Amino acid sequence: MYRIRFHGRGGQGMKTASRILGTAFFGSGFEVQDAPLYGAERRGAPIFAYVRAARRPIHERGVIDRPDLVVVADDTLVPIPTAGVMAGLGERSVLLVATGEEPAVWRDRLQLQGPILTLPIAAEERAELRFVGASCAAAAARLIGVISWADLERATQQELAPLGETVVVENLRRGRAAWDAFAPHEGLVVEGAEAASQVDERPDWIELPFEAARISAPDIHVAATSTEVRTGLWRTIRPVIDYDRCHRCTWVCSTLCPDSAIAVDTEGAPRIDLDHCKGCMICVAVCPTHAIETIPEGEAKHAESEEARP
Amino acid sequence: MSRMLVTGNAAAAWGARLARADYVPAFPITPQTEIIETLGGWIEAGELDARMVTLDSEHSMLTAAGAAAATGVRVFTATSSQGLLYAMEMIYTVAGWRAPFVLANVSRALAAPITLEPDHNDVLAARDSGFLQLHAATCQEVLDLTLLAYRLSEDEGVRLPIIVNLDGFYLSFTREPVQIPEPSAVDAFLPAFDPGGLGFSASRPVSQAVAVLGGGPYSYFRYEMHEAARNALAVFDQVAADFGDRFGRHYSPVESYRCDDAEIAFVMMGSFATKAKDAVDQLRDAGQAVGLVRPRMLRPFPDQALRDALVGRRGVAVIDQNLSMGLGGVLHTELSAALCGVPNAPVLASFVGGLGGRDIGASEFFAMVDVAREAARSGMPPVPRLLYTRSELREMRKLQGIAAAERAAAGQPGDGA
Repeated sequence: MYRIRFHGRGGQGMKTASRILGTAFFGSGFEVQDAPLYGAERRGAPIFAYVRAARRPIHERGVIDRPDLVVVADDTLVPIPTAGVMAGLGERSVLLVATGEEPAVWRDRLQLQGPILTLPIAAEERAELRFVGASCAAAAARLIGVISWADLERATQQELAPLGETVVVENLRRGRAAWDAFAPHEGLVVEGAEAASQVDERPDWIELPFEAARISAPDIHVAATSTEVRTGLWRTIRPVIDYDRCHRCTWVCSTLCPDSAIAVDTEGAPRIDLDHCKGCMICVAVCPTHAIETIPEGEAKHAESEEARP
Repeated sequence: MSRMLVTGNAAAAWGARLARADYVPAFPITPQTEIIETLGGWIEAGELDARMVTLDSEHSMLTAAGAAAATGVRVFTATSSQGLLYAMEMIYTVAGWRAPFVLANVSRALAAPITLEPDHNDVLAARDSGFLQLHAATCQEVLDLTLLAYRLSEDEGVRLPIIVNLDGFYLSFTREPVQIPEPSAVDAFLPAFDPGGLGFSASRPVSQAVAVLGGGPYSYFRYEMHEAARNALAVFDQVAADFGDRFGRHYSPVESYRCDDAEIAFVMMGSFATKAKDAVDQLRDAGQAVGLVRPRMLRPFPDQALRDALVGRRGVAVIDQNLSMGLGGVLHTELSAALCGVPNAPVLASFVGGLGGRDIGASEFFAMVDVAREAARSGMPPVPRLLYTRSELREMRKLQGIAAAERAAAGQPGDGA
């Protein structure tokens, strides 16, 4: 059975990628199961989707904990523990990262036993990653090596048809480029065992201890805990204020920010709380003097780490 | 017929479409909403001739569903979890009206604490309502059981509403290959609803006499509902036989998988049961005589079919994806009653697992067989077990550590942890 996981952020097309690959497998005569799993169901929040494909009916369900292939559409997810990108990667597992960095950087950084490949993302596209889903699906299909381009093309058309012809054409162009780029690695992903576990494996069960309600009730009566949730991690693009152009109007961006992530300091200047700005860019749209610009989050992070160097 | 990849939610919508549902009262809730969105899309595109009405709540939605069914139209509706609970007053009421229709429930665990992932406590809250219950394990079953449910529900010898249950996420958002039957073949299996004595009409106002005092009439009406539900066992067999002849897929109230010569059997409901099938296959390959028994039907309770499947087994691992507070697993309790006093009944080992969508790993199925086998050897049922691991408790302790720090920072009494 093939077991594949796609990781990305809400809005980057990971569910679509899993469906394109699932439909392509199905068109190639495989039994298929594909599904997305979201937590926050918000644009920018980490999500993953998975595909199982086999020559017989699939009874396994739920999260894939021993993947043959993991595709990461947004490399900013790798260091976020709750995104679970690295979960279950073994020596046979292939990791494919869509990134602006070289494969050697990722090999050095992650120290994995299995192969690491990269899907190059041009600097100007890192902000939105609008077509990364189709590219990831095509790269995955080529790495698996049992799906023809014709089946992948049909699957892409079928899954994207509701979005209109222009979208289909552009996704197919991107998909074809990824398909061609990974030709040297065709068949690199090896099908995993039919059963994911051995019959002699045993769980580490414990008896759940009884605990009094003051410990065991799900109540924490503390105010403003939501500030502890860094929803800024969902951001793929970042608003940056040019304080030379900002007129200190003192209210427009800060009032219209839906996350109350812009405060005005005592000098009348807006300050963005990047721990909680989700990157919706409403401030960019409403600023009367166009003093707020948009930059890709990856670029901003890169610049910050350069600045932090001694 | 075409075989295509669809989600459990889309399969439920296909069931309503192929049944030619006339009326769809709707209210959104995760993870059900895709069902009504799919139906709404088809109605909008002119592919389904039905009326969809979005109501202000699930309570109104169930009222509308029961009232519309009482006018003699075919009704489909869907909800989940808190929505089902919000509708609970009307769940009991419309069942009492003997109004036949189908409600898809997409199982999601109940608050509090709130979650989105599945277990069966939501649908079990409707267990005693008079709604019959069919539980799907695959997307194909979601579609097929919806069609079967209409025939069963509308049968003159039953005439009770039916819940078709599918697990959130594991079926609702999961695509699997599903055979979509030809509409003409479904029409032949499921003709237009014949409302018989029903037939409420806005142009002919009448009252429905449902107030009774003194207990005698009440007992009569309620026990007749019970009898109708029991009668549904035989009617299901007839309807399923007809379905099997027409479509080649055969459904019994209880699925029995590699069980004929099994010493040990799993008993569980819903989509996680397919994981048990994998475990059975692996254990069989390793030379162990293990099988799976899965009730598709929970109400009426298929007690005789369960006895037929289980008498002769030595040990049974009952896995409840639900928890009746202060008692334990509901299926374990009901199965114990069905096997009480029966000669050669197996020893039951009770497990509670999969609460709030918590996965059940293959190694846990293997370990449950060990426990059931030991219980069979000793003749002693073991203490019920929650499927819960040391690493899960470690994660919980981390969360409690954060909670303790928050409490301390807020100057609240410590928890001593």
